[in-house]
Amino acid sequence: MALPAYKTPVQRLGHYSYLTFAGFVLFFLVAPLIVIVPLSFTSSAFLNFTSEMLALDPDAFSLRWYKMMIGDCSDPTITTVCSDKWKNGAANSLIIAVFATLFATVLGTLAALGLSRPAMPYTKAITALLISPMIVPLIITASGMFLFFSPLGLIGTFAGLIMAHTILGIPYVVITVTATLVGFDHSVMRAAASLGGSPVRNFFQIMTPLILPGIISGGLFAFITSFDEVVVMLFIGGPETVTLPKQMWAGIRQEISPTILSVATVLVILSIILLTTVEMLRRRTERIRGITPQ
Amino acid sequence: MASEAVAQPILTADGTPLKDSLRKSLVRSRIQASLLVAPAFLFLVIIFVIPIGQLMTRSVDDKLVNQFLPRTFELFDQWDQSDLPGEEMYEAMFQDITTADKVLLGRATIRMNYEISGWRSLIKKSRREFKKIESGPYKEAMIKTHKRWGDIKYWQSLGAMKDEFTLGYYLNAFDLRYDGDKNVVQQPKKRQVYNLLWWRTFVVSIMVTFFCVILGYPVAYLLATLPLRISNLLMICVLMPFWTSLLVRIVAWMIMLQQEGVVNDFLVWTHLLGDDNRLPMMYNFTGTIIVMTQILLPFMILPMYSVMKGISPNYMKAAQNLGASPSLAFIRVYIPQSLPGVGAGVILVFIVAIGYYITPELVGGKDGRLIGNMIAYHMQQSLNWGLASAMGLILLAGILVLYWVYDKLTGSAGMKMGQ
Repeated sequence: MALPAYKTPVQRLGHYSYLTFAGFVLFFLVAPLIVIVPLSFTSSAFLNFTSEMLALDPDAFSLRWYKMMIGDCSDPTITTVCSDKWKNGAANSLIIAVFATLFATVLGTLAALGLSRPAMPYTKAITALLISPMIVPLIITASGMFLFFSPLGLIGTFAGLIMAHTILGIPYVVITVTATLVGFDHSVMRAAASLGGSPVRNFFQIMTPLILPGIISGGLFAFITSFDEVVVMLFIGGPETVTLPKQMWAGIRQEISPTILSVATVLVILSIILLTTVEMLRRRTERIRGITPQ
Repeated sequence: MASEAVAQPILTADGTPLKDSLRKSLVRSRIQASLLVAPAFLFLVIIFVIPIGQLMTRSVDDKLVNQFLPRTFELFDQWDQSDLPGEEMYEAMFQDITTADKVLLGRATIRMNYEISGWRSLIKKSRREFKKIESGPYKEAMIKTHKRWGDIKYWQSLGAMKDEFTLGYYLNAFDLRYDGDKNVVQQPKKRQVYNLLWWRTFVVSIMVTFFCVILGYPVAYLLATLPLRISNLLMICVLMPFWTSLLVRIVAWMIMLQQEGVVNDFLVWTHLLGDDNRLPMMYNFTGTIIVMTQILLPFMILPMYSVMKGISPNYMKAAQNLGASPSLAFIRVYIPQSLPGVGAGVILVFIVAIGYYITPELVGGKDGRLIGNMIAYHMQQSLNWGLASAMGLILLAGILVLYWVYDKLTGSAGMKMGQ
């Protein structure tokens, strides 16, 4: 930002120190995420930058921790425990997250459709209830579910975790789909009905394409919530359901190895992909509504 | 109204009065809407609301000891508590202990230990020794097997366990307890930890919120005032950590802040710090604050940004046109308009911070533990579920009050998650 010529030196100083400060904060936000990427390619077993790495010596870098992550134990230099645990964790996370997302998206979308109807009674109270899993601290949700699930034999089962994660995902779907429906022109639906379409057909052919971006971003929020969830997992999970975050949790507490950094790097890339997708969907919604970003 | 003038109800095409027809269609659409909401609503009630409701009953439930010592409690009210109880109560206790179910005994004595920590060992040992006692008088024989039976404070502590319904866990959560007469008294000094923990949780949340405001405000202002093309780019810096796994961010901070970590290495390399006095920034209070601030900063920036985006730059121009210096215009004109966003961010960050568990557990070390960690400890390790439930519900009550304020501040526009 160029400053006008009439600004005094003090104002200039103030302005540039403000910009520096804001830059520092933005750096503070992303720096830790960037630091782990080069470190995950280290060839040593330690978690700090060696002088060889800083000198960009090719021998200081390797893919051995990535090999360990995918359970490829053929590398003779690998001396630490090598197993399929990361692969299994990722598979479990994926199973739970996919089902939880599916259920949360269906239940949440239906609820949002109902809530946005003018005839719906008690909208405010019900919306508050549906988004409350987002506000109640996870530790309380997890404690409650632990005591509720134990007598039902749901502790340590996929069914229990999928149900719990569905609960955590519903608020995101409700919020995003409701927000999309605010800008939805309901006369389109009346037009479709007057042209003879059945309600179900109108929903799938007219409404769904228009609110799909909202549904997908809500679903992505639900997915990332489930995929990243560890508190509820710690309480109601078992040895059969160890997920990726649970594995990371154990890794951080016991032996923090560079493999964790490889996993972290993969997750950072995953989050960038998801972020980009959601951003593109948001722009699409705005374009459809004819509101271009100012 | 037309209907009054004609004095005859308006009819629809099929002959029913319009009013009835409208009401019917309203009821129908109401049912339709409710049916759409019902699955999610019911699912949430069963899997989420009922479990939390069970925490509520669990936090006041105190039946265990009653089931374990029915005979003793029957006689308890007749005892004046000034001196050791009489022979009948000793006999009742003897019968209760020798006939009790083993599992029940185990669980009840854990509960009794919350009052005086000697109960459990006393009863377990007595159960074994009592087999040798064949007939009364029991009082003398019991005191002989274990001298604690002659200690009046054990008998008095039964008074606090007599009722099936108790607020004792809520008192425990604030370092208080019932004495034998159900008077509220302080916990003994060595058992006082909870007030300190509440206070620490509060201080950490306040500090994190404060740092988030200080760090977040300039960034939100920058994002709101820059041209959209550039600010969208910078927005990625805010949204990326928001989208990245919590554990990844914690690992990243461990790399940054540990003794041999990036920050310390950098400070040593620039000779700001000697190699032998590297700063301890991990596994302590400082670590908790730094990591939580970074994790919660997006929650502060996003609501601030959305409010600032709506403030027209013309106000600042007008103020300066009227003679205010830029800094005065900023303080008197811009800041007041941005306050709703600040308020929303403050409450949001505070709510999330106060219930935090993962971050303090992993980077907090001993003096960075918060109330959430204590709930987890009682839930999973000490198995004092009553106390864990009571603490959780106190926390929840505080959060709901704050959320209500947040809702008033932001209206329904509050929850947009950076959209």
